[in-house]
Amino acid sequence: MTPDVFPDPGAAAAAPLDPRDAVIACHGLTKYYGGRKALDTLTMTVPRGSVFALLGRNGSGKTTAIRLFLGLLDPTRGSSRVLGRDSQHLTPDLRARIGYMSESHSVISWMTVRQCGDYQARFYPRWNARIFQAVIGHFRLDPRARAGSLSRGERAGLSLALTLAPEPEVLVLDDPALGLDPVARRSLLESMVYVTRGADRTIFFSSHLLEDVERVADHIAILDRSVLRACCSVETFRSHIRQFVLHYADESAPPPPLPPLRGLLYARRSLGQVRVTVAGADPATQRSLGMAGAAAVEEIPVGFNDAMIGYLGDHGEEGFFLDDTTELEMAGRRAAGGATP
Amino acid sequence: MPLTIAILPGSAVSIYRQIVEQVCAAVFSGRIGDDEPLPSVRGLAEQLVINPNTVSRAYSELIREGILESRAGRGMFVSKRRQIYTKAERARRLDQTVTSLVTEAIMLGYTTEEIVEHVQAKARHLNLSPTGKGSGKGATSPAERGSR
Repeated sequence: MTPDVFPDPGAAAAAPLDPRDAVIACHGLTKYYGGRKALDTLTMTVPRGSVFALLGRNGSGKTTAIRLFLGLLDPTRGSSRVLGRDSQHLTPDLRARIGYMSESHSVISWMTVRQCGDYQARFYPRWNARIFQAVIGHFRLDPRARAGSLSRGERAGLSLALTLAPEPEVLVLDDPALGLDPVARRSLLESMVYVTRGADRTIFFSSHLLEDVERVADHIAILDRSVLRACCSVETFRSHIRQFVLHYADESAPPPPLPPLRGLLYARRSLGQVRVTVAGADPATQRSLGMAGAAAVEEIPVGFNDAMIGYLGDHGEEGFFLDDTTELEMAGRRAAGGATP
Repeated sequence: MPLTIAILPGSAVSIYRQIVEQVCAAVFSGRIGDDEPLPSVRGLAEQLVINPNTVSRAYSELIREGILESRAGRGMFVSKRRQIYTKAERARRLDQTVTSLVTEAIMLGYTTEEIVEHVQAKARHLNLSPTGKGSGKGATSPAERGSR
C-alpha cells in the first residue's frame, strides 16, 4: 500500500486546526452511488487563507467530495462542515459567502453577458461590479454577446466573473481549467492569484494541470480511487517524494527484482537500471536500496509533476502501461538509436 | 537594469528555489547592486502568476541568508552587509556543479584521475582560489570552510 503523506503524524485523525481556521473540514465522509463507492472515509481540513488543490485521476472522487462539501449531495456516512456549519444545513447567508464554479460552467444561455451579471447581482448583497467588469475584460468578453454563443473558454470566463464578483470568502472551483486554451488558462490563474489579495480568502480547486497547481497552490490533497493518499503543504509533499536510480553492472540485462521497499510508489525498469520513486524515504529505505545489488545508487532531483505521477500512476514495480517485453524492446531501441526522449 | 525573474514550473527545482537562486545570481553578479529595491511580494507573485506565499518564503530565506533586508514600510532591498552563502547552500552548489562536471567528463570518456588533474590545472591557470590554499582541494573534499 502507498504510504500517506500528512503534515504530521495523526493530523488526519484528530482535529488538527482551530475550527475557526478550518474553512472546510470533513470527517469520515463516504459516498456510495448504488453499490459503487465514490468516496471512502475522507477526513481532511482546508485551512483558511490557503490555495488548496484537490488532485486525482478522473473518477477518483474529486467532484463527489466537492458536491458533498457544498451540501449538493447527501453523504452515505460521515460529515463535513463549511465555515463552521454542517454542509447539509448551510444557510443562505453562508451560501452567499461561498463561490462555487461547477465543472460545466453552466450559464443562462439566452441572456447576454451583461444581463447574466445584472441577474446574478440581485442574489448577492455584496456584489462588486468592478470585479465582474475586470474579469469579463480579462477574458475579452463582449458584454452584449449572448451567453449561449460563447466558446468554452469564454463561458468559463463569464462563469468565473459571476463567481468572483460577490467577493466570496471561500472559492470552490471544480476543474476550472477544463477545456480552456492556454490564454484562458493563464487568465484563470491570474484571477486566482488576484483573489489571494484578500488574506483570508480561501481557494479550493480541483485540477489535472500540475504546472498550474505548482504555480498557485500551497496545499494539496490527492485522491486515488476514492481514498485520500496525501494531504499536506506543497513543500512537505515535495520533500517527501524522492527519486533514485539504481545502476546495475550488466547494462545489457534486465535488472533483478527489487527487494521490498517501504514507501515505493513507482519503479521504472529499463536495461541496466531501475528508477524508483519513493515517499518518505528514511535511512531504512536507503539501506534497502543499497542492498538491491546495484553497482551504484544515485539520487536525482524530482519535479512536482514526477512526484505527482508517482502517486497518481499505477503503483508498484511495473512500467506505466507497457508490459515488460515491450518496455525492454523500447529500452533496447533507445540504446541503439541514441538520444531519443 | 531592473531585476527580471523568470520561473519554469514543472522543473526539478521548485519555484521557491528558482526565485532564491535567481536573486542570488543577480546580487552576486552585480546585476542588482547594494541598496537596490526588489519587487514587492505581491508584485512579484502577480508578475510571475504564482502563489504569494511562495515569494514570501523565498524572500524570507534570502533575508535569513543575509542577502536581502526588509525595511519597514519601504519593502525589500539588497543588503549592504550581505553574507556569502550559508554552509549548506555552498555545499549544495558545489555538489551540483561537480556532479554535472563529472557526469559530462565521464561521458566524454575521461577517467577520474584525468578529471582531477584537469581541475587542478584549471584552478592554477585561473588563479581564483582565495588565500592561495584552495587549488585541488575541491576535487578531493567538499568545502569545509563555514561562512559564518
